[in-house]
Amino acid sequence: MDGIKTLADLKKKQEEVRSRIDLRNRAESPESIVQVKVAMATCGIASGAKEVMEYFVEELDKRSIDAVVTQTGCMGYCFAEPTVEITMPGKEPMVFGYVNARKADEIIERYIKEGELVDGIIPQNYNTI
Amino acid sequence: MSQYNTHLLVCAGTGCHSSESSLVYEMLRDEIMRKGLDKDVQIIRTGCFGFCEKGPIVKILPDNTFYTQVKPADAKEIVDEHIIKGRKVTRLLYTDPETAEHILDSRHMGFYKKQLRIALRNCGIIDPENIDESIARDAYQALGKVLTGLTPQETTEVIKKSGLRGRGGAGFPTGLKWEFTARNKAVQKYVVCNADEGDPGAFMDRSILEGDPHSVLEAMAICGYCIGATKGLIYIRAEYPMAIKRLKIAIAQARELGLLGEHIFGTGFCFDISLKYGAGAFVCGEETALIHSMEGKRGEPSSKPPFPAQCGYLGKPTCVNNVETFANIPVIILRGADWFSGIGTEKSKGTKVFALAGKINNVGLIEVPMGTTLREIIFEIGGGVKNGKKFKAVQTGGPSGGCLTEKHLDTPIDYESLLAAGSMMGSGGMIVLDEDDCMVSVAKFYLDFIVEESCGKCAPCRIGNKRLYETLERITAGKGVQEDIEKLKNLGSVIKDTSLCGLGQTAPNPVLSTLGNFMEEYMEHVHDKKCRSGQCRNLLYYVISEENCIGCMACKRVCPTHAISGEKREVHQINQDICIKCGACMEKCQFDAISLQNDYPRVTVMANC
Amino acid sequence: MIELTIDKKKVRVEQGTTILKAAQQVGIEIPTLCHFELCDMGIENRPGGCRVCVVEVEGRRNLAPSCITEAEDGMVVKTHNIRVLNARTTVLKLIISDHPFNCLVCAKSGHCELQSLATQFGIRSLPYEGEQSHYRKDTSPSIIRDVDKCIMCRRCEMMCNEVQTVGALAAVNRGFMSVVAPAFEMNLVDSPCTYCGQCVSVCPTGALTEVDHTNDIIRALSDPAKTVVVQTAPAVRAALGEEFGLDPGTLVTGKMVAALREMGFDYVFDTDFSADLTIMEEGTELLQRIRGHLAGDSSVRLPILTSCCPGWVNFFEHNFPDLLDVPSTAKSPQQMFGAIAKSWFAGKIGVNRKDLIVVSIMPCLAKKYECQRDEFKTDGSPDVDFSISTRELAAFIKQANIDFLNLPDEDFDDPLGESSGAGVIFGNTGGVIEAACRTAYELHTGKALKKVDFHELRGVEGIRSAVIDFDGLKLNIGIAHGLGNARKLLDEVRAGTSHYHAIEIMACPGGCIGGGGQPYHHGHSEILAKRAAAIYAEDERKPIRKSHENPSIIRLYDEFLGHPGSQKSHSLLHTEYFPKSNEVSIYLNGHNGK
Repeated sequence: MDGIKTLADLKKKQEEVRSRIDLRNRAESPESIVQVKVAMATCGIASGAKEVMEYFVEELDKRSIDAVVTQTGCMGYCFAEPTVEITMPGKEPMVFGYVNARKADEIIERYIKEGELVDGIIPQNYNTI
Repeated sequence: MSQYNTHLLVCAGTGCHSSESSLVYEMLRDEIMRKGLDKDVQIIRTGCFGFCEKGPIVKILPDNTFYTQVKPADAKEIVDEHIIKGRKVTRLLYTDPETAEHILDSRHMGFYKKQLRIALRNCGIIDPENIDESIARDAYQALGKVLTGLTPQETTEVIKKSGLRGRGGAGFPTGLKWEFTARNKAVQKYVVCNADEGDPGAFMDRSILEGDPHSVLEAMAICGYCIGATKGLIYIRAEYPMAIKRLKIAIAQARELGLLGEHIFGTGFCFDISLKYGAGAFVCGEETALIHSMEGKRGEPSSKPPFPAQCGYLGKPTCVNNVETFANIPVIILRGADWFSGIGTEKSKGTKVFALAGKINNVGLIEVPMGTTLREIIFEIGGGVKNGKKFKAVQTGGPSGGCLTEKHLDTPIDYESLLAAGSMMGSGGMIVLDEDDCMVSVAKFYLDFIVEESCGKCAPCRIGNKRLYETLERITAGKGVQEDIEKLKNLGSVIKDTSLCGLGQTAPNPVLSTLGNFMEEYMEHVHDKKCRSGQCRNLLYYVISEENCIGCMACKRVCPTHAISGEKREVHQINQDICIKCGACMEKCQFDAISLQNDYPRVTVMANC
Repeated sequence: MIELTIDKKKVRVEQGTTILKAAQQVGIEIPTLCHFELCDMGIENRPGGCRVCVVEVEGRRNLAPSCITEAEDGMVVKTHNIRVLNARTTVLKLIISDHPFNCLVCAKSGHCELQSLATQFGIRSLPYEGEQSHYRKDTSPSIIRDVDKCIMCRRCEMMCNEVQTVGALAAVNRGFMSVVAPAFEMNLVDSPCTYCGQCVSVCPTGALTEVDHTNDIIRALSDPAKTVVVQTAPAVRAALGEEFGLDPGTLVTGKMVAALREMGFDYVFDTDFSADLTIMEEGTELLQRIRGHLAGDSSVRLPILTSCCPGWVNFFEHNFPDLLDVPSTAKSPQQMFGAIAKSWFAGKIGVNRKDLIVVSIMPCLAKKYECQRDEFKTDGSPDVDFSISTRELAAFIKQANIDFLNLPDEDFDDPLGESSGAGVIFGNTGGVIEAACRTAYELHTGKALKKVDFHELRGVEGIRSAVIDFDGLKLNIGIAHGLGNARKLLDEVRAGTSHYHAIEIMACPGGCIGGGGQPYHHGHSEILAKRAAAIYAEDERKPIRKSHENPSIIRLYDEFLGHPGSQKSHSLLHTEYFPKSNEVSIYLNGHNGK
């Protein structure tokens, strides 16, 4: 590795390595950023939750959206798997059902970016942990 | 580049390490590999989380799951349940001692809620052996900023304005110290980091060095820039092998990137750091003693002035700062003096790290803003007194601090308020005492430490503290007289007034503060020959119950000093003047007739006398 | 200049003056204990350890040790208010509480600074009694360490390390158990100690004292079968009077001789005689070596170093074992005396060697060790049987109930009592080399010296140098007193950068007048200056001032030795040196191996 000769070098280096700990930085105050929880119980995984989760992780990063993607257990909506819960800063969580890559794209573009509602919201009558 | 969606932080501080956290790490790593999750899950060994009471700690991000007392055997379950299925392993979650609820998010733990971690900002978050993680968390940005944009005077001014004071105990304004050292012209000057943490129970410096070594290295370089030094030395005790190892790695990595060494950031500034090992003498935490020790001389203090800023290591101007002080520097540079001085009290700015120990639920390392009250620290962060016992006192400031009581609980903690209350900040040890603790014994315990650790150079500390200790020993042995109290007071004040260094000048504090706050306990020991907490063995009395004793003579036969009298089938009696409290009688008695009590037994007049 | 107020008195002092010194300027004597200095020599001990000299400085939280705290402009100091007095008394009581109470049988009783302070402070009770520290008593040929009496003033440590650079004594252990001792608490004999005795001369208590041979001498004197001969070193006569209340610098040569005769010595002789003899041998060797060197003989090493100081001999044996061929092989005057007394003189008076006891009165403690060295024994019997210090002699005279001050002045006996002024000045630093120059000049040039006083060789600076013109032959002379200074010159010799032809070295600051066996000067360096002046005065008074003109010396060579450097001279008056550098490591390895 080349040495750091200027402050710009250091900043460049920081950009390179930032992703290593971004997640940890975000975890310090997840309320201030978008939280995405993918239900990853057996039912979810069987319906492709793992792929959905990877999609969110990669796409949110690509589209430069500060977000933290976590997995959670079964939310109880096994009929609608894969399910994803999105919490926008300062808002109540929303749960989306039947999420695949196309749906995920829509959620990112319309709900996360624009705040518009999209189809597939599962009405909630419980509080998440 | 793969994207980890989960980070698994395993504490690799000394505390957790000694309870097999490295094995936990290996088992988790293997399990993740086995399940093919190594692309998704990043596992990192970090520095101390502070919550040492419940180590080893494993923290899972981003959902801030906080697993305590994790055993190697738990690795599989954590991976299977938490990582794969997203279900938290409830039995490993931290349980709130008051509500008995499992805490799902560590940010909701009482222990962390009130904390503000500046010096400890990276501890438990980054891998201290990987400079990339430090850089990602802004390491060396402050150094770059000052080298390329600020003069040494401007930089010193920022530190002065921030109000940062020495965290080693005395609380001398750090910026002023730098300015003094800068003012002394010399070809060679030195920056010394005092990592000779000596207070029993205090481990903040070790934790910072183990968890975030680059913050200290960076700060030393900044200090070097300000005072005009090109050489830094870290005086660290050889009993800190892990901190030494991580410092060595950090120094090597920083050198490799050119962040230490020649022409840092392409400027004319050169700075390098090496380690000096101490053999673990408490007094070597005193800066002049530390310098003598580094020079290969006997580790004992010398009179100030001259101050190290004038004549320090090898006779050259030297700036000695403590680890925690240094750890604050880079953040102050990056976030500004105003940000820092906005935290804390009028005269004590920023935060302070405390090591909680003793009869407290959450033993560990915490960092709170100056001005936080003892009540908040002990009852909210510390989770209160263990086993529901009653709070009696808290010893702050290490062995030479003082005992604070209930009436001090709502005092905002800063350098001044602690001094005013008869204690001191010290390096930040806090030992909580409950109703079972005998305050005379507590004072004796600390004196014992001081007597052991006194360097012996000046007479009041060398002999005076020994005499204080002997007097306390007499009192706890039930041989105290009223004069002893006067002696303690006079001796204590003379030792404070005449000792050469800070160690001696504060050594009588435990005695003087307990005399001030718990005089009635001293009086009980001296006059009633009673120790209310039952800790002083010589002030416990074996007594024979008239109701239960059948006069079998068994106890009388085993008593080695013939302290028991009484005829067969008559109630026996123990002569307290002869009894050596060996307990043989109580062990022998089959009728539960002999018990221990802490009141001196009144002589019962026998019916036939 | 700065101005401060001490006990309401205004004082103006130089920046950097301590409160203690500033107070002295206005006649306020603050008591001290660990503080010690010999200002003329630049020797000072002020660790700030005893805390007896504390004073109150307005605006400071704690009391300040006046010996080490520098005065500041506008400072207001109180040296004797109740807070200060209570602190001082309490500290002194603490120190006494860890000190044995057997003053009645202590060698230092009457000279003990702790005792004086206790008297001054009126200590009548010890409220802080407790455990006392106990250590092994350590006896060496010269020095006894009874460190139960050590008060950790560190004066000895300063002398041993900073002034002498011997490094035998240093503080060991921690806290209450801390004490000044050789490394690993080994015995002094196993340490690099040179027995210079400077530690003893500064010890405020009885922790370091000399080995007392008075009783051995009493035994010898009371044995009718023994003939007891005594020799007195040059520096003794210039200091002995102090023990009897005379002003420092009062010469008591005649009274000393009378006292010794009263005490029953059969012959009272003078080491000055053998000092003259030393000059004959050493001066000859000096000339030979210089001539050889100038003639291009590369096997001849220069400079030549004097060898009459046994502390110095021990020092180079320990520290410069690679330079053992550099010092002169001439024995010290004490040992030359012993060798001649037990051969030539014994023969003259017809006494068997075994019935002749030679006693020396020395300003020195290393002499006690020197006379026990194996090289200075014949068939196990030493040339000099006992060496006692000036202090022991004084005590002996007092013990013998001799009214010293009213004794008549008497003369030394013949023939070993006759001496030149050159022998006398051996007692001062620079004296040996001056005496050597007086003789060597005349031997080399064959001309009479016009001016016998070589003022350029005198003085108190630790290292001095001078060029002496031997009628065209310019000799570079170096002089060092104090072993630390000697080390500097020796390092140059070792490095090959020394430009000297000859170097005189004395282990003790000031030379023998400041020896470890002299009456305690308690840090008054003016006492040393007065002793030195007395020595030069005695020299001037002498009718003969060059060693080679001493008639007894001439006779000795005529009758017995032949000529300087003869075979007989070599066997009787010259010696060899042994490396001691390994002794410490052998000691340590021996212990590790067990």
